[in-house]
Amino acid sequence: MIPFDYIRAESSAAAATEGCRPETQFIAGGTNLLDLMKLQIVTPARLVDVTRLDLGGVEETADGGLRIGALVRNSDLAADPRVRRDYAVLSRALLAGASGQLRNMATTGGNLLQRTRCPYFYDTAQACNKRQPGTGCAAIGGVTRNHAIFGASEHCIATHPSDMAVALRALDAAVEVETPDGARRLIPMAEFHCLPGDTPQIETALAPGDLITAVLLPPPLRGSHIYRKVRDRASYAFALVSVAAVVRIEAGSFAEVALAFGGVAHKPWRDAAVEAALVGRPADRAGFDAAADLLLAEARGQGGNEFKIPLLRRTLVAVLTEAAKGQMQ
Amino acid sequence: MKTRLSINGETHEIDADARTTLLDALRHHIGLTGTKKGCDHGQCGACTVIVDGRRVNSCLTLACMQDGAQITTVEGLGAPGALSPMQAAFLAQDGFQCGYCTPGQICSATAMLEEIRAGWPSHVSADLEAPARLSVEEISERMSGNLCRCACYPNIVEAITQVGEAETVAEAAE
Repeated sequence: MIPFDYIRAESSAAAATEGCRPETQFIAGGTNLLDLMKLQIVTPARLVDVTRLDLGGVEETADGGLRIGALVRNSDLAADPRVRRDYAVLSRALLAGASGQLRNMATTGGNLLQRTRCPYFYDTAQACNKRQPGTGCAAIGGVTRNHAIFGASEHCIATHPSDMAVALRALDAAVEVETPDGARRLIPMAEFHCLPGDTPQIETALAPGDLITAVLLPPPLRGSHIYRKVRDRASYAFALVSVAAVVRIEAGSFAEVALAFGGVAHKPWRDAAVEAALVGRPADRAGFDAAADLLLAEARGQGGNEFKIPLLRRTLVAVLTEAAKGQMQ
Repeated sequence: MKTRLSINGETHEIDADARTTLLDALRHHIGLTGTKKGCDHGQCGACTVIVDGRRVNSCLTLACMQDGAQITTVEGLGAPGALSPMQAAFLAQDGFQCGYCTPGQICSATAMLEEIRAGWPSHVSADLEAPARLSVEEISERMSGNLCRCACYPNIVEAITQVGEAETVAEAAE
């Protein structure tokens, strides 16, 4: 690691002030950041430790949702009885990610800020517009097994690695942020992560000094909560593709559908047209196939990841089949 | 950077560069070499220790971030002649070959049984709300953060099963 100054923040206001200074990073769980610092992919001059701030706890909100403190550990969130009962897709997504040790360290806020696992981002000898803007993208035309099939650009084809964020996208969560002037603002998950465009180094809607304080969940959605993750080994691996689904079926037809997809884009991917096409339709194979056709019409492979297109189709059909089976017996 | 760590019930004060990971602090500053460095990137689990009751990768946290924390390493679980139940079970079931991953496996397994006891579900739990079960499938999933390149997995699972079942019997008798 390159030397850095270590500052332990005693208040969120102090953290924000420190966070506005150049070459400064917040650290909480540290499971991704310290890995990147050891490899000198990220080289902050100053680390602001926010783990002593009062940003823990899961509380019920006035509207019937949940407020999840930014420092709530992934393992605690997955095991929270209210999350297991009312937001099972979130619990399932968390449990599908990382290892027991990592989930004990990783925080809710930090999970959202994970960096891509693109091997060219990780190799400092390679061109990467995300790591070093303007140098090019060595992934394009390279080994693209874990790369995007949606929303990629000629500057970056990386994917976002989080499972948790995919479930939060399906649940229409919002990220609560404290800005350096002390104000709080809410960023919907739909707007939190960016597509790469020509600025792949910009990954979120956060401004310098913005500190994630909580994630807000709306009131629970009834129906089947499913998180299906497909990966190269049965545990402790990133998704090749994943599907987060909350699906309610009434009288044999889709009544409510929320679907988000992981491992396929620079952000958790969601397509409102697919959900709109399913609502009101009979929950049968023809409907599942039509939804998959619509979703994948815009998919573009990069060579080594072409397999993700049929894989995502099958995974979506499997998830919808499971939801239908569970609710039509 | 001065940091105070409570390790295996004993307070240690170290003065180390801020870059020092908890793993390097344990091994190089405090001399507790039971905790092993494998990959140093959170992928192998050899460095697993228990911090404030939770198993974590000591390579992926800075010592200074753990100021004031209660840390248990494999040396704190038991000692020759007074082995912990998990240490004894790894011997009884031959749960290792080269032994390099073993301290991490034992720390991880010890804390993992507490997670099951607390009712935490896992990726393979069929019902998120039902009590957590001790099965080969559950143990394998919950221990996936600890790699064993000698592939002693079947015996590691046997060792953990032995301890888990003994604890369940002991609780039932109480």
